[in-house]
Amino acid sequence: MVEEPVFRIRNMQKSFGAIQVLNGVDLTLNAGAVTVLMGANGAGKSTLVKVVSGVYRMDAGEVALAGEKFAPRSPAEAIRAGVVTVHQSINDGVVLDLDVATNLTLDRLSGAGAKLFFNPRRVRREAQKVADRMGLNFDMGATVGDLSLADRQMVAIVRTMAHEPRVLILDEPTSSLSSAEANRLFDLIDLLRSHGVAILYISHRMSDIRRLADNIVSLRDGKISGEFNGPDLDFGGAVDAMLGRKISQDKVVVQDGGKPVFVANNLCLGPGAQPFDLTLGDGEIVAVTGLVGVGKSALAEILFGARACTQGHMVLDDKPYAPKSSQQAIRSGVFLVAKDRSANGIVPNFNIYENTSLPFLKQFSNFGIVNRKSEREQARKQISSLGIVCQSELDEMHTLSGGNQQKVMVARWLGHASRLLILDEPFQGVDIAARRDIANRLRGSAKGRATLVFMTELDEAFEIADRILVMSEHTIVGEHRNADVDIDRILVEISGRHAEASP
Amino acid sequence: MNKTTTGTTMASETSSSSTPALNNIRVLTLRDHAMRYGFLTLLFGLVVYFSIAADGFASPISAVFIFQSVSITGILALGVTATLVVDGFDLSIGSVATTSMMTSSYVMVVLGGDATTAVLACLAMGILVGLVNGILIVYMRVPDLLATLGMMFLLVGLQRIPTQGRSIATGMTLPDGTVATGKFSLEFLALGRHRFDVFLPNFLPASVVILVVLSILIWFFLEYTRYGRMMYAVGSNERAAQLAGAPVRAYKIWAYVISGVFASIGGILLAARIGRGDIASGNNLLLDAVAAALIGFAVLGVAKPNAFGTAVGAVFVGVLLQGLTMMNAPYYTQDFVKGAVLVVALVFTFSLSRRSR
Repeated sequence: MVEEPVFRIRNMQKSFGAIQVLNGVDLTLNAGAVTVLMGANGAGKSTLVKVVSGVYRMDAGEVALAGEKFAPRSPAEAIRAGVVTVHQSINDGVVLDLDVATNLTLDRLSGAGAKLFFNPRRVRREAQKVADRMGLNFDMGATVGDLSLADRQMVAIVRTMAHEPRVLILDEPTSSLSSAEANRLFDLIDLLRSHGVAILYISHRMSDIRRLADNIVSLRDGKISGEFNGPDLDFGGAVDAMLGRKISQDKVVVQDGGKPVFVANNLCLGPGAQPFDLTLGDGEIVAVTGLVGVGKSALAEILFGARACTQGHMVLDDKPYAPKSSQQAIRSGVFLVAKDRSANGIVPNFNIYENTSLPFLKQFSNFGIVNRKSEREQARKQISSLGIVCQSELDEMHTLSGGNQQKVMVARWLGHASRLLILDEPFQGVDIAARRDIANRLRGSAKGRATLVFMTELDEAFEIADRILVMSEHTIVGEHRNADVDIDRILVEISGRHAEASP
Repeated sequence: MNKTTTGTTMASETSSSSTPALNNIRVLTLRDHAMRYGFLTLLFGLVVYFSIAADGFASPISAVFIFQSVSITGILALGVTATLVVDGFDLSIGSVATTSMMTSSYVMVVLGGDATTAVLACLAMGILVGLVNGILIVYMRVPDLLATLGMMFLLVGLQRIPTQGRSIATGMTLPDGTVATGKFSLEFLALGRHRFDVFLPNFLPASVVILVVLSILIWFFLEYTRYGRMMYAVGSNERAAQLAGAPVRAYKIWAYVISGVFASIGGILLAARIGRGDIASGNNLLLDAVAAALIGFAVLGVAKPNAFGTAVGAVFVGVLLQGLTMMNAPYYTQDFVKGAVLVVALVFTFSLSRRSR
């Protein structure tokens, strides 16, 4: 039986100025199915979402919702019609200062037909009803700001159920969740799917896609470049269609570390945590993987001097190393490409070259006066060596795609010789093409320093590392040379079951 | 026109040299041009209009008068620009200036000190207030607006305590019953009253020279030194600046110290101009200075605090007021005009600028 699609987009076009972002998109969503939308950064995913959710209006094309014309003029109108979007940034979807009950019923408290007064007990009761239906097990009186990111996300999604949506759009909902948290989200999505909601799921994460997808569509250059249906989805084909080129899973040629550059003994990441040792050799890239919240960021911060080391001692180039600030760490040659580039890395008012030179202004200055010519020269070199797509080093950061912004962040620290380069989640929100460029550059320049990369995604670790360390419960629980790795064993270590497995 | 447009010529010359630094969109559309040069064109248009419409506006004396009228607020505005750059704000500048005026008067009139002592005491007071502001904001985590608002109140009160709320002038009766015999020293008064013989005898006031020198200093500091660049980085993304190794706290405190010192210099010039410690003077300084700095956001369409914009903003207000006054607009319309210019500039900055999106 061929089901009539709930939502159908035909020939959607949208351009900004001279740039055609959506160039004839055709897309159908079926009730009770999860359609995954894949696309490299800049393919037009966000624009598509914004048109459908009523933020932008399309230039040409047709959209039909359950057979009727759908052309929302505002986000509110789209929501009323039953097309609900949960945006990537979780905190946009909830009101942090209000409790769970009020958040869940917010749309009934505001908007047309809302009463002037409300009865807190009834609000609580109604919220509980919504929560029960979705299997959400929260204290209705808890303030949303006190919940974890994952719980807030749940609240934001469950809240949309108040509208009885026919189409739910989730824009990279797992980008800031750990695997365990993501699993809870997936259960919720399964539930929504069984309720007959048509779901458009946008993600970079292969593990999400494998878990959820009923169909996959790949978007490339503003067009659908591949559609994949059926019980056996061709994931490789979907990635190919999205990138428009065959990506050979090029194997890392594993390098063993040379002379130790950095050695830590008896390092302890907090009270009660098992101390561990860490040795990083010259020229090797070591990936540290593990779930969110197992101490990866804590370790990165200690190495970079942003957090005090409570126990143990560190040696850099045979000299004791105990940085009290990021400044000292940088001076000793320990650099950090911080995670979450928009919060911790990018200076939004600065252009590319001002961003890349930021930590090394002293080297670019004579008597405190900045030599812009040499700054720009250096930036131009970095742009060409990392393949940053831009007009010139004078481009503003917000004109760059996420992948290119991340390249600028990496360029910032690669432009100067370091002893230990740390990258914390360098591939978050970075498309596969940019990820490959960055990985190649890191591997190509690895000689002469030790490189430590923190990442949650295991696939990324296989792509880049010579050695993979696994963290769990604030300590290192496993070490693997990246050649014929026993993936099952790593998974056991990551999930923290190693304690039972080993005596 | 003869030398009248000193203000405009200076403005456009400086703009051409600082533009590459401030604006980086290379493919310039008409809109970009409008954003970048709109305010300067408007300023130029005003000057031309007043030159034709107001008799005597187009004269060197009038030009100098404009600069002199904005010199004190301009200096304060340059100081507050430094705090705006680090994404802070300093509401205490007005009261720092009046406290500085009272301090210098007290040192000379009551304590019988000389000009150097008075100036040093004022500068020290400015540094101290800036440090306290910075420490309150950085270490005590008081929000900038509230910390400096508190400081403003504190200073307004403090400056009245030594004289029991009276203005300071030679011959006044002190709280202990004696008469103050000290005088404003001539060197000190010269800061506010001396005119250099440039072009014409007795032409260029010392305060205008000080304004121009300080403008160039702070502009160069913010645009061309690594410290200035770091201050912009701190203001734009504090966390990123910190992880790039910037001592963020120190930069923030420095910004308030700069603001305090500039405000105290403004106060010195004020005291030197009126020649007494007048308790009622300087009421408008804060608002005028803040307005100039905020108008400065719109100059060159960069939508961020910048020293060049601040200086132009101050001159813009001066030109407008001088022109209107010469066209017989009553004095009580002045604040309205300033407010209107500020609102237009803010709209220009925040809703039209591409950068603020």
